[in-house]
Amino acid sequence: MKPGILSPYCEKDISACGLTGIISRKGKMIKGEVIIQSITCMNERGNGLGGGFAAYGIYNDFKNHYALHIMYSDKKSISITEEYLRDTVKIEHQEVIPTRRVSAITNPPYFMRYFVNPPDEIHENMEHESMELREDNYMVKIVMHINSEIPAAFVVSSGKNMGAFKGVGFAHEIADFFMLEDYEGYIWIAHNRFPTNTPGWWGGAHPFTLLDWSIVHNGEVSSYGINKRYLEMFGYKCTLLTDTEVITYMLDLLIRRHKLPLRLACSVLAAPFWKNIERMEDDEKKTMTALRMVYGSALLNGPFAILFAHNRGLVGLSDRVKLRPLVAGEKDDMVYMASEESAITEICPNPDRIFRPDAGEPVIAELEAS
Amino acid sequence: MQINAAGCHYRILNQQIKEAVKSGERHIELFHVNGQRYIGDGVRGDVVIVINGVPGNDLGAFMTGPTIIVNSFAQDGVANTMNDGKIVIKGHAGDVLGYGMRGGRLFVKGDVGYRVGIHMKEYEDKIPVIIAGGRAGDFFGEYMAGGILILLNLNDEKPQKATGDYLATGMHGGVIYIRGDIDKYQIGDGVGIKELKEADNTVLHKLLDEYCNDLDIDKEFILKKPFTKLIPISKRPYGKLYAY
Repeated sequence: MKPGILSPYCEKDISACGLTGIISRKGKMIKGEVIIQSITCMNERGNGLGGGFAAYGIYNDFKNHYALHIMYSDKKSISITEEYLRDTVKIEHQEVIPTRRVSAITNPPYFMRYFVNPPDEIHENMEHESMELREDNYMVKIVMHINSEIPAAFVVSSGKNMGAFKGVGFAHEIADFFMLEDYEGYIWIAHNRFPTNTPGWWGGAHPFTLLDWSIVHNGEVSSYGINKRYLEMFGYKCTLLTDTEVITYMLDLLIRRHKLPLRLACSVLAAPFWKNIERMEDDEKKTMTALRMVYGSALLNGPFAILFAHNRGLVGLSDRVKLRPLVAGEKDDMVYMASEESAITEICPNPDRIFRPDAGEPVIAELEAS
Repeated sequence: MQINAAGCHYRILNQQIKEAVKSGERHIELFHVNGQRYIGDGVRGDVVIVINGVPGNDLGAFMTGPTIIVNSFAQDGVANTMNDGKIVIKGHAGDVLGYGMRGGRLFVKGDVGYRVGIHMKEYEDKIPVIIAGGRAGDFFGEYMAGGILILLNLNDEKPQKATGDYLATGMHGGVIYIRGDIDKYQIGDGVGIKELKEADNTVLHKLLDEYCNDLDIDKEFILKKPFTKLIPISKRPYGKLYAY
């Protein structure tokens, strides 16, 4: 663990935050202003100690490269990190992430982005892993190494044709800082944070990401310790001091590596109660029993509502007794998910449908096959 | 009186409402409301507040007397610890409605969320009433100590799941009427399923008349299906939980 940031007493934070997300199922580009307007409507749910965004489809010029957004809280760490990157990946292009001065944001870290690909040799060195997982798994190792071994350097996002922008401030101030009005994406998620248990620091803001997974979360993962130790067995390192981090890695493990269908992965995180499994039809009972037995340590306990996005879709999920709000709406090919109805009507005054999903029942929106 | 709430912070909006009520205004109509919290909170007196748009959380909390009409839908925490008056919502409403409600009425046309009517209580003639036209989530009437909760599920959507689980868990006062059947499995300990008596029908008819009138619903249609009544069969359902 890196020195200087982690107090042994605060492994996680309790928060009551605001979430919002949009997807165009036809893959149409949505301007940054839209998501900014939606999250700003819920300023009351945050307290200015964390805000962030993830956007998909923003790097069409480098869409086949992993886009590494890296945050440096100390400029000395830039050369160390870049030397490490030159040794481990092929850098196609690198640049400063454009930012502007914002009066509410003092002493921000320094942000760079690198468009990279793993070297060809990995296919020889990683023969034990399946062909399709090799590049992704290699990149996960790079991310984990930077986050845990290089002081003052943190990977904010690492997916293809996507990026996360986050920091300390209200979400609209972070948007202003990163000039998000200049970006267009087909999926956006955003978060206003209200941290109560750990310091609001730049790396602890949401979204949390790995490869193209990005997550925003309202709630508290009471099972953080169990989840973290389980993930460590698979090589994930939890270094960012916020409980949400484990959800990101859990989804990566369940869906990308263990290939569970999305809906079943949601049933692992928000597992049905045993008393309800008892009453299920045989097939479903068998599946759910197996999931709970195999993935007992992946169950998320405690209150949560999350939105998670990936290159082809957006998912909303709440805990199994609905201790945090989650609302969804639809209009034509657009799907909206948020903590409050007003965050949706702010940007879509007349949705075709607006509804509140049941506890533990995921809302899944995917891009139409093109 | 009309107030344009577009882009207005909730503090300023609520200040305007309170000043209008203080100066004797009896009818206030709000336009372009979107997400402003605490509308009508703590307001006393005989005033009608009509809301166009989506009001934010904790609508009508601690309110004593006013009538609030919401022309679309509402979010979480409506009628929190409300004392008296009426709130009519023409769409759905969110979680934790009528928490600790002590009097007055809350009528919702559509679905209601989780934890509706928890900790409701009554004292002498102060009997709070919540009527919801759609389905309800888990913990409907949890720890209920008094008042009347009515669930109609008018669209007959998921008839086996008109309410969620843990229905009336820990209930020790008041009464719940549910249109249609419920599965015994859903209700908490110490709650009994009873048939309606004459006195129940009198109360139900009177309340449904008012509800149907306010929300323009056909009462005959509602009455086509019989109701189930839930009452506590113990005043202290967990009295022995920690005693040996």
